[in-house]
Amino acid sequence: MNTTHKLMLAAIASLGLLSACGERPPVQTVQTGYRGTGMEQNYNPRLMKVVAERNQIGGIQPPADSSGPLAKDIYQNVQVLNDLSVGEFTRVMLSMTEWVTPAEQKNCTYCHNAENYSDGSKYQYQVARSMLRMTREINSQWTSHVKQTGVTCHTCHRGGPVPQYKWFTDPGSGRENAFVGTRAGQNSAITGLGMTTIGHSSLPYDPYTPFLLGDANIRVEGTKALPPGNRSSVKQAEWTYSLMVHMSESLGVNCTYCHNTRAWSSWEQSRPQRSTAWYGIRMVRNLNNGYLLPLTQVFPQHRKGPTGDVAKINCATCHQGVYKPYFGQSMAKDYPELQGAKKPPAAPADAAPAATPTAKKVIASADTSVRGRL
Amino acid sequence: MAMLNFERKYRVRGGTLVGGDLFDFWIGAFYVGFFGITAAFFALLGTALLVYGAALGPTWNLWQISIAPPDLSYGLGLAPLKAGGLWQIVTICAIGAFVSWALREVEICRKLGIGYHVPVAFGSAILAYVTLQVIRPVLLGAWGHAFPYGIYSHLDWVSNVAYQYLHFHYNPAHMVAVTFFFTTVLALALHGSLVLSALNPPEGEVVKGAEHENTFFRDNIGYSIGTLGIHRFGLLLSVNAGVWSAICIVVSGPFWTRSWTDWWAWWLNLPIWN
Repeated sequence: MNTTHKLMLAAIASLGLLSACGERPPVQTVQTGYRGTGMEQNYNPRLMKVVAERNQIGGIQPPADSSGPLAKDIYQNVQVLNDLSVGEFTRVMLSMTEWVTPAEQKNCTYCHNAENYSDGSKYQYQVARSMLRMTREINSQWTSHVKQTGVTCHTCHRGGPVPQYKWFTDPGSGRENAFVGTRAGQNSAITGLGMTTIGHSSLPYDPYTPFLLGDANIRVEGTKALPPGNRSSVKQAEWTYSLMVHMSESLGVNCTYCHNTRAWSSWEQSRPQRSTAWYGIRMVRNLNNGYLLPLTQVFPQHRKGPTGDVAKINCATCHQGVYKPYFGQSMAKDYPELQGAKKPPAAPADAAPAATPTAKKVIASADTSVRGRL
Repeated sequence: MAMLNFERKYRVRGGTLVGGDLFDFWIGAFYVGFFGITAAFFALLGTALLVYGAALGPTWNLWQISIAPPDLSYGLGLAPLKAGGLWQIVTICAIGAFVSWALREVEICRKLGIGYHVPVAFGSAILAYVTLQVIRPVLLGAWGHAFPYGIYSHLDWVSNVAYQYLHFHYNPAHMVAVTFFFTTVLALALHGSLVLSALNPPEGEVVKGAEHENTFFRDNIGYSIGTLGIHRFGLLLSVNAGVWSAICIVVSGPFWTRSWTDWWAWWLNLPIWN
């Protein structure tokens, strides 16, 4: 075997290796900005086929008659769905059985006491009640994010009791105060929870606790050309970067889906999708604090994380790798029962994307909360 | 223009690739040749079209002038002049000028009887350009994937394209390319400073030669690559910088559509521990 042969063999071997860990043309692209700006989404149709198969809407029960007696007058202990007719109420119960109960127990008794359906002693019953409240709040109060598409139980649950995409606060390595060996919550493709996250990058792997549970400041970019006045550190930028990678991967999009990266913070140069995402962050934060945290005492230990915290939601919980859950197909439009009481949608308290965070106080508090975690 | 006294014997006829003796002459210090004519033609036409494009555009601000490629919807077809067609002609001119210049270098090499190292090295830069503006857009199916001609606008393109893959520093070929670029600069700095030191002795001392240079580096880092070797090494580094830049951008999109951070999952998925 002469040198040329060896070189050719090496070339073929490396090509083989490359093809094993890469993709191939043709790929599909979507232009999202002015020509030549490089604002594009890239999709591999072979991979998208798999994603599309995973993101089919769930079974929809035939519509129910909204006339007739109210469920709360017929059944006992109806606290949330007390504006539904018996027919509508039953329809929701049947749908939930299909959407949420585990494959090995596709019946009412996953949540209900078979002896007494109004008995709320099972933890599943209490969780389901809270989740129904949450679903109705999302559909009625958070149209800034879910628009008219809305959500159902299936949006997150997809036919099982525990949504596939959820998060727990990272327990840390236990070496935070040691002389060596502390990773400051980053520099590992596998987290303390044994999961891979943030796209296998070295970025902080639990951006959820500060940003989707706490309200640490996400904006780190200076508002002037020169640094004076901007106290954000490189580490803070990495936490923000980590959250943004999570959002991108959850939606199966890249940074240019929302941003023109020449000016991340500029709303004028961003796409409208960015304001939808802005509301999404507030929505997730509010739901985690308003619905998931209060369930901490309700859930049994085996459903909780290593620090005893309850499973919480992030962008992936609903989106599951797609820019809009189910590629924008609405299940909720077929479920007026889940739309919530007909209240006018109230904008969230801090509902002004263009508003700059009120100066140094916010930045300083974010700084300490993030540093406190490192 | 005056000729250096030793230069006359290198001004030899022949060695042209096309056109025989037709363009085989010098204007002052500059060899003309067929490819000198085509290089000038393409460069002037391309520049004139850029100026025309600027005149059509909203600004004369040098930083902000931009001649953008067509929308993706034009695919690999021709676009109207004001909707990216100008960019297409300018690109043809640019490639015409670059390749002409490389072939003119080839002719000069043939006249002098030296190897083709210089045109090959320049070829790596042309390869990077052609990869960005032709090969990758063709693989992705639209001219609109190429970068615009503008000082700021092409930088904005670089930023956005990098963020299409979430974190471009995780692109393995980009890592290699950046390393070659930086090493090229380091080697040039070491070499340049060494030569300048040898040629600029203190007052009253003689200019130093290769042995002093070698001794400096042998004392300093235990090894000197030598006067010929440093130029071979520089060629290796700089050509690799160009070639790996071409590789790092051609794989982004046609051969990888996701976050570059995710590419490294192959390591976690190795059968050794998975």
